[in-house]
Amino acid sequence: MQMKEHKPLIVAFCCNWCSYAGADLAGNNRLNYPAEVKVIRVPCSCRVNPMFVLRAFQRGADGVIICGCHPGDCHYVSGNYYTRRRMAMLFSMLDYLGIEKERTRIEWVSAAEGAKFAATMNDFVETVAKLGENKRLEDLRCK
Amino acid sequence: MQVITREQLIEKAVSLLAANTVSCVLGWSRGEFDYDVSPAVFRSEEEVRRNFVWNDFCGANMSKYLISKASGVDGKILVFLKPCDTYSFNQLLTEHKFDREKVYVVAVPCDGMADFRLIKKVCGEGIISIDSEDAILKVKTLYSDSPISVPLTDVLAERCKNCKSKKHVAYDELLGEDGNVLESGRFDEVKKLEAMTAEERFEFWQNELSRCIRCNACRDVCPACTCEKCVFNNPSSGVENKAAANSFEEKLFHIIRAFHVAGRCTDCGECSRVCPQNIPLHLLNRKFIKDINEFYGEYQAGEEIGLRAPLTDYTTEDIEPCEIFHRRDTDA
Amino acid sequence: MRKCSLSEINSVFAEISKSMTLYLPVDGSDGSSAFSQWTEGVKWSESLNTTKSPKDFFFPQTEDLMAFKTSGKNIELTDIRKESEDFVVFGVRACDVRSFDILDRVFLSEPCDSYYATRREHSVIISVACSHPSETCFCTSFGISPENPDGDISAWKTDTEVYFSPNTEKGALLMDKLSSVTEECSDEAVVKQKEEISKICSRLPNSKVDTNTFGGGKTAELFDSPLWDKLSEACLGCGTCTFVCPTCQCYDIKDFNTGNGVIRYRCWDSCMYSEFTKMAHGNNRLTQKERFRQRFMHKLVYFPENNDGIFGCVGCGRCLAKCPISMNIVKVMKKFGGEKSEK
Repeated sequence: MQMKEHKPLIVAFCCNWCSYAGADLAGNNRLNYPAEVKVIRVPCSCRVNPMFVLRAFQRGADGVIICGCHPGDCHYVSGNYYTRRRMAMLFSMLDYLGIEKERTRIEWVSAAEGAKFAATMNDFVETVAKLGENKRLEDLRCK
Repeated sequence: MQVITREQLIEKAVSLLAANTVSCVLGWSRGEFDYDVSPAVFRSEEEVRRNFVWNDFCGANMSKYLISKASGVDGKILVFLKPCDTYSFNQLLTEHKFDREKVYVVAVPCDGMADFRLIKKVCGEGIISIDSEDAILKVKTLYSDSPISVPLTDVLAERCKNCKSKKHVAYDELLGEDGNVLESGRFDEVKKLEAMTAEERFEFWQNELSRCIRCNACRDVCPACTCEKCVFNNPSSGVENKAAANSFEEKLFHIIRAFHVAGRCTDCGECSRVCPQNIPLHLLNRKFIKDINEFYGEYQAGEEIGLRAPLTDYTTEDIEPCEIFHRRDTDA
Repeated sequence: MRKCSLSEINSVFAEISKSMTLYLPVDGSDGSSAFSQWTEGVKWSESLNTTKSPKDFFFPQTEDLMAFKTSGKNIELTDIRKESEDFVVFGVRACDVRSFDILDRVFLSEPCDSYYATRREHSVIISVACSHPSETCFCTSFGISPENPDGDISAWKTDTEVYFSPNTEKGALLMDKLSSVTEECSDEAVVKQKEEISKICSRLPNSKVDTNTFGGGKTAELFDSPLWDKLSEACLGCGTCTFVCPTCQCYDIKDFNTGNGVIRYRCWDSCMYSEFTKMAHGNNRLTQKERFRQRFMHKLVYFPENNDGIFGCVGCGRCLAKCPISMNIVKVMKKFGGEKSEK
């Protein structure tokens, strides 16, 4: 029996100053990336509380990606350095609990990197699609 | 059997009360049985002599009580701290949770505390008394004619089996001799889990966390959980819940709780001690401690006052999140 | 009275399972026991008490009540109740059986809680006498006989046999179904066990806990006692005692927004929690002392006052075993002088 192809839902937290502008640039340049990527603009990548990541999964996301300015380029000087530590900890913990590590990712995308943004999203969607639906961090009430 | 006797602690408390160095004493109070010791504030010599107890069941970490008990005390409050408790003490001071001037710390060496759940496993129900002699517990039960001898080492609490330090990192006065920081096997279980496949780890945690009844004892006893209003109690947070409705909410609570204390958790092990469902919660905290040590350099919360917690700090050369898995896979 | 050899008890379980779902205490990987469904190969736990009480069967920790969707001014309600099927709970101790009576008084009095009532109607309770009570037990203080448990069927387990005796029509019906796997017998062994249990009970350290200082009408006397300060001093405000308690019956009703509708659910609440019964006006019990006092006053004074003198505690001893700081109802009762003098 042919299974209906699973289209993964991706939540992308993008920092206002770099990655969101990078996504804009990807759009302006008509670079394709799947519509299943839902972009949420945050003032800085360090605004992303670990709870946001978990709740994205609860509400049906199959993968969560956080995009921020390159280390050293943070609009607020050091925000993304904190993000880097926090998310390293969180992703490692999720892996420790047996959540597929490919479902979470962090990527540094500058405002000039529209092509990188599109490529990153294409790659991430493809990786998550291979894993199938998020079962290990799902909340059936939200299905 | 503890090196320092109950009488020594009582004499110390009584003399400090008599000299007006302190006005009350935070310690352990005897219960109905030998093992059900409760934390208590003693306000007079008579109270101390009658109810103060120091035995193999004084596991409760007194540090967190200082937040509520040290304020409003006339003069100082005397607190007896075991080596692991002193780390929590320093961490709380680092976070300005109480006034150091209000507290007089007497450091007590500790030979490890017994877990009465383990004693029940060995001796069964109906324990009527437990006497301790030379590291052997003599347990009398309703169903055995003679006392059952159990070596303390066989029934040590998990955190004491893997004791990280016999050294006191804070005190005004030390009873007996101070010990050293120990090489412990406290990360062995974490390593075992890391070596499993993701499926196996998921199974393991699903089984453990599904027993959670959300009594919040782990949080309420934790010396690192000192928020005035916990996010899980705040109706405006969107995640407030009084009971986990499903396995997602079970995981959410424990992941977030462990994350909120990451870098501040001293690994005192109170969470696992109090869990009514015997969930090995320390394995979550130790994972964070182990990761912090590996990624950002050895760090022991509470070792000194004023240390900057690893998650409120950074270097420009920090490891990238994607590299952590790569590094582990290549190591293995 | 009928019996079955202990080694053949699984055939009884199998027989019950043919027509109804059977739950019984089973040991978990952590060494403690919990009620869980019997299937081939599952072993009946030897433990005295499960960590969580069996109140879950009738009053689950979380329960979806209904779902609704709104569009404009319309609201569409869905009854999401599942049909209850008959089920059997085996191995319930005398204290826990009594706890069902206490819960009944709360949930079955008008207005009757239909969610609870349905599950009660569909259940058959098989109790088991306690051959080895623990030091934490004090059910006898509330007039419960661990040697003579109630329930639809009472059972006694000896070293070699399990004896059954039905108490209700429901129980007798089930016993009839078990006729092929049990045999008629005399009650000699059971009488002997009852005597032994009574003897042990008199030796239990908590057997002298006395309820005489409590009961309806004692509010004015006890409420402002200075003893509460000392007793509640170390209370962490966690909900362990209330969640392992077989008679704690407070709950909260909340809405969960699923993103495409709302599920209204109820879940256990604890009077120990700072946000318990918090409403628009704020909170009516601001300190841990007040919350702590409420729990014990409710069980020992308010409940008997409104329920013909029946106390809201059954002496199962779970809170004695599980409280992180070992403060519990026995310590409270003794502090207030609730101890029978040595004779």
